[in-house]
Amino acid sequence: MNPAAGIAAPPPLIVAEQLAKRFGDRPVVRDIDFAIAAGQCFGFLGPNGAGKTTTLRMLLGLSPPSGGRLEVFGEPMPAAGRSVRARMGVVPQADNLDPDFTVVENLITYGRYFGLTEATLRPRIRDLLDFVELGDRAGARIDTLSGGMKRRLTIARALINDPELVILDEPTTGLDPQVRHLIWARLRELLARGKTLILTTHYMEEAERLCDDLVIMDRGRILERGAPRALVREHVPGDVVEVRHPPAGLAESLAEDRAIELETVGESLYCYTREAHALVDRLEARGGVTYLHRPASLEDVFLRLTGRELHE
Amino acid sequence: MSSSGLDWRLPRLRPAALTVCRRNWKVWRKLIWAGLLMNFGEPFLYLIGLGFGLGVFIGQMADMPYLTFLASGVVAASAMQTATFEGMYSVFTRMVPQQTYDAMLATPLEVDDIIAGEMLWCGCKALIAGIAILCVAWLLGAVGDARALLAIPVIFLSGLCFAGPAIVMSALSPNYDFFAYYQTLLLTPMFILCGVFYPTSTLPELMQSLIQVLPLTHAVALVRPLVAGIPLDGVLVPLLVLAAYAVGFFYLAVVLVRRRLIV
Repeated sequence: MNPAAGIAAPPPLIVAEQLAKRFGDRPVVRDIDFAIAAGQCFGFLGPNGAGKTTTLRMLLGLSPPSGGRLEVFGEPMPAAGRSVRARMGVVPQADNLDPDFTVVENLITYGRYFGLTEATLRPRIRDLLDFVELGDRAGARIDTLSGGMKRRLTIARALINDPELVILDEPTTGLDPQVRHLIWARLRELLARGKTLILTTHYMEEAERLCDDLVIMDRGRILERGAPRALVREHVPGDVVEVRHPPAGLAESLAEDRAIELETVGESLYCYTREAHALVDRLEARGGVTYLHRPASLEDVFLRLTGRELHE
Repeated sequence: MSSSGLDWRLPRLRPAALTVCRRNWKVWRKLIWAGLLMNFGEPFLYLIGLGFGLGVFIGQMADMPYLTFLASGVVAASAMQTATFEGMYSVFTRMVPQQTYDAMLATPLEVDDIIAGEMLWCGCKALIAGIAILCVAWLLGAVGDARALLAIPVIFLSGLCFAGPAIVMSALSPNYDFFAYYQTLLLTPMFILCGVFYPTSTLPELMQSLIQVLPLTHAVALVRPLVAGIPLDGVLVPLLVLAAYAVGFFYLAVVLVRRRLIV
């Protein structure tokens, strides 16, 4: 039994009710509701144009909502933007480091925007650069850093005010696997220290690894919410067998099997089933079929919910 | 927010603006020699070339040596140029391609603080340029007496005055090319018409009335007597005009930058 049962849960850090944003006549976020608990990693997933970044900007008080209610740290937004941002860190999608400064100068200048003094900042910067493994690049100019180093520096910059909540907008887009794994490890460390993380991503693997809770958005609406594993269990039971260039007649013969759900995408046939081994045996017996057998993932849920057509 | 999409709330002045100004100062210090070369070199050329070259033929202008007349005009004009270019090209660079303001807005800073800091920095840069010319003019014997030191606060105010419209241009501009309109339609006419090179009393009367609207006329009217060491008459109107431009365009700049960044 949960010993905490019966004790009221702490109020959520962020509450949005019927939150909406329009640009002129164009709705970008349509009456969404969500609550984010302290200490968790919360994900906003969605294709381009889903309204993720706009939602984050509303959380920061940088985009006045067109409707609904939004509270961050129990304060109304965007009115409390200034005090709320003092307790937040932000890793934006585009690198906007100051190109005229070195690594350390970037962090000092940024820390001053929070009203912090150099005496406070110096030791903190040393720790932060070690945390993101840039300790040996303290004096480097920004244009000498690789993309991965810039992103790590941006993460260090977001932590300069020792925030309770860190917002990351597609933190690992465009980075190589080594850097992505380093960043994931650091983000987990921040969670272990009790920080709350909010991230947007369209990498489903990233969301599965990091998020305790997430929403899937498309065209300004929340389509689904929950923990990654629970969403997979609910929407794509079992395994997926992808057949490349299925031979003629295969789809028709598999369609008779009620345990298999089929979907054709381009040159591939997706088979969703709880009895994957039986299906694999069938394919093997038939021979000459190229297939990939894997467990269902968040990506399958995502594609089922948001559709496979391009979102451009 | 009003239905027009413009946030007309009055800007608030906070000490946080100083951190923005300080950032620019730190960057300027890194490139100090290039900056100073420009601040000292250009006016030096003007004063040597025009002051001595033309001065030989002109002798006195408005009861003072032409070198003094020109130097005092160039002090005001250079406050205008410096503040304008900082407010247009540099501010636009930080606002759009470099996204420095986006980074700042993720901290407790607001648009009010950023624009106040930028205005302050434009004033400081005008000060650096103006003082550089005063030094050159003094070395060339073109400065009247110690009253010239009183020109320093006027140079700073002129910097604020010209920064406002320049930042407004940045807030409206889709790209760098857009600034050519402002340069050709306002900056160059002011440089030529507002009394930098000759007394405005020689202009046709209609023109004389028209240039009263332009702030450089008033900056020159204040700086010239102070540098030449002759009595000032009518301080109030020029000071009010410069201050009105500074305050009015600061407010407008804040509103327009809010429209551009807080969407």
